[in-house]
Amino acid sequence: MLSRTADHLYWMARYMERAENIARMLDVNYRMSLMPQSQVQEDQAWAATLRIMALEGAFHERYAEITADNVLDFMIFDESNPSSIRRCLLAARENAHAVRGTLTSELWETTNGTWLKMRDFTREEFQDVGAGEFFEWVKYRSHLSRGVTIGTMLQDDALRFIRIGTFLERADNTARILDVKYQILLPAGEVEGGAADYYQWSALLRSVSAFEVYRKVYRDLITPARVAELMLLRVDMPRSMARCLKEVYSNLQRIRNAQSAETERQAGELEAQLRFGRIEDIVRGGLHTYTMRLLDRVQELGNRIADDFLVPVS
Amino acid sequence: MTIKNFYNEMTDEAGRVRPHYASYANWLSEMPEERLSQKRAEADALFHRYGITFAVYGENAGTERLIPFDIIPRIIPASEWQTLAAGLRQRVKALNLFIRDIYHDQDILKSGTVPAEQVLNNAQYRRVMQGVDVARDIYAHIAGVDVVRAGAGEYYVLEDNLRVPSGVSYMLENRKMMMRLFPRLFSRYKVAPVDRYPDMLLNMLRSVAPTGVSDPTVVVMTPGAYNSAYFEHAFLAQQMGVELVEGQDMFVKDEQVFMRTTQGPQRVDVIYRRVDDDFLDPLAFRQDSVLGVPGILGAYQAGRVTVTNAIGSGVADDKSIYPYVPEMIRFYLGEEPILHNVPTFMCRKKDDLAYVLDHLAELVVKEVHGAGGYGMLVGPAATRAEIEDFRKILEAHPERYIAQPTLALSACPTFVESGIAPRHIDLRPFVLSGEEIQLIPGGLTRVALREGSLVVNSSQGGGTKDTWVLEA
Repeated sequence: MLSRTADHLYWMARYMERAENIARMLDVNYRMSLMPQSQVQEDQAWAATLRIMALEGAFHERYAEITADNVLDFMIFDESNPSSIRRCLLAARENAHAVRGTLTSELWETTNGTWLKMRDFTREEFQDVGAGEFFEWVKYRSHLSRGVTIGTMLQDDALRFIRIGTFLERADNTARILDVKYQILLPAGEVEGGAADYYQWSALLRSVSAFEVYRKVYRDLITPARVAELMLLRVDMPRSMARCLKEVYSNLQRIRNAQSAETERQAGELEAQLRFGRIEDIVRGGLHTYTMRLLDRVQELGNRIADDFLVPVS
Repeated sequence: MTIKNFYNEMTDEAGRVRPHYASYANWLSEMPEERLSQKRAEADALFHRYGITFAVYGENAGTERLIPFDIIPRIIPASEWQTLAAGLRQRVKALNLFIRDIYHDQDILKSGTVPAEQVLNNAQYRRVMQGVDVARDIYAHIAGVDVVRAGAGEYYVLEDNLRVPSGVSYMLENRKMMMRLFPRLFSRYKVAPVDRYPDMLLNMLRSVAPTGVSDPTVVVMTPGAYNSAYFEHAFLAQQMGVELVEGQDMFVKDEQVFMRTTQGPQRVDVIYRRVDDDFLDPLAFRQDSVLGVPGILGAYQAGRVTVTNAIGSGVADDKSIYPYVPEMIRFYLGEEPILHNVPTFMCRKKDDLAYVLDHLAELVVKEVHGAGGYGMLVGPAATRAEIEDFRKILEAHPERYIAQPTLALSACPTFVESGIAPRHIDLRPFVLSGEEIQLIPGGLTRVALREGSLVVNSSQGGGTKDTWVLEA
């Protein structure tokens, strides 16, 4: 397929997934803010959300102080913020538009329809329906486009580039969510504790749709190490790093070309590390260090994929 | 302005419903207006959801608009279509022979049938094509010929579009929409299907591949997602199952065209381009073009790639060449033209100019190179001031204009704000030339939605209708 087409498909999927993950990140904060916690804690949580996406600078150019309303406005509606949900859904749509002939009509209509709804969505309506319901909507539109993708697209390279986009983006976001929450919730080697902690961890799990999964897998108390294990290493958990890398690796094998061997090897290596990794070792070495390194490698993988397939020199 | 004595597609002079509309008229009379409104709203919502839009140039650039779709079909009886189709075939055949002749021996110029300076000084004449042989000697592979009906119902050809005619996607989508909105209507009528068009197009494109290529790779080339007809480019590529490429996706190496794919370079054999000549090759034409492919002309001249429509086809659809088409038909085919040409005054001729200047209020004056309904004067609809302004422009550059009598375009009942009322229409059938000349029964019917207006272009507030050619 055309490199440019592959590039648009890949970014269409990434932006749709990004919109979903931003909704998830904001949602977890929003849920936590409804629980009894100090103002300091709450502000800290919103600041952390901006930090996850390296958007603190851009935010402060536009808003005076970090409040729930300001952060939500910035992350949902702000046209100047390339990571706002609005901009992500537009970017997904623009990428889809550029290759609409490659998409099934259902997938194009879903992506276009999501944008049209977002475009007409006002801040007043947002106040009416409430943040929770809005985030649900974003998630469901993302679920819908994934479902339509899998349910209607031919299993060819187009689908594989879409899948690679989806899972690379998700890997990136899962690592970020875990990292920032881990730092806030578990300062300096503290162990699991009281009720507040329980709600916080369960909110984090819910943000990656993993609360019920956790119960099913561990049938036990929620502990930070297990949460980290679930989000990093469990291959059967659909949003975990291990799962994402497994998908990236297997799709890469199917689109391989004359120059992609090293990219494939690196993806395979990373996948194996996650598959065979132990949470005890990771925690001992420092979770933050570990996830940072992981993020770098995921980013490197993205760059390599772009060089090998999406924007080749000739 | 209101044109009187126009031909009404649905009713005759006495107000009786014509036989081929009888069943539809019955159906329509039982349909409450609210229901029609509701159906129209449904159609708009669907077109939006499908993204069947066109981009707007100029102000509000980047916005996308719907072309208004009218839910009342235009119906053409089988016998009428047969004549029309025969006339179109004849015309396109002669036009292809003309272009081939111009770029080879120029017999028609030597015979004096068409004045040589009209052709050779024409901006659309491409010297680089002189002596170049193209596959099957076909130049205008896809022609969109604009046809109108005048007072007594006789058909006239208004314009031959031989460069990158658009609109066929609307023909196909309008039919799908009608079948979706009013499925039961189609059991009342035997409407000739149109959905084979993409297949026919692909077959035609494959049939004009360079010699020696057994399994040609066909692509559709678009200027990009911001082009006004982008929807159509994407649509046709998808329907044919071929790649939609931009100039930046292709490169030329050793006089061969390749596209950049995720599996490395892949050879391209046939390019259905929707990019004008000027932008096709920055090495040969406009140097500032970023839409083209450097070196593509060389590959084309060497016969290593087929470009449709051929470079230089525009020389035959220019409004200054149009008046000579009936002569071309006689010259190349030895036949009498089946379809009428509209009598045309060429303002570069002194006598014609004098007549035109005296009769501006009755005539339609068009720019020779214009398209899309821009830069024209519709005399009977213009104010005195507009006419006087236009007179100055015309006197300054008479060679840039032609003039034609204002045709009383036929009208078809149309669902507008005030209810169902007649609105003027035209018809653009699409003629494909490859191994043989083929056309889909029908075409795109455009309708001037403003009362009395004769300008059907979508850029000027025109809409479209589904076109039903009835099977015999």
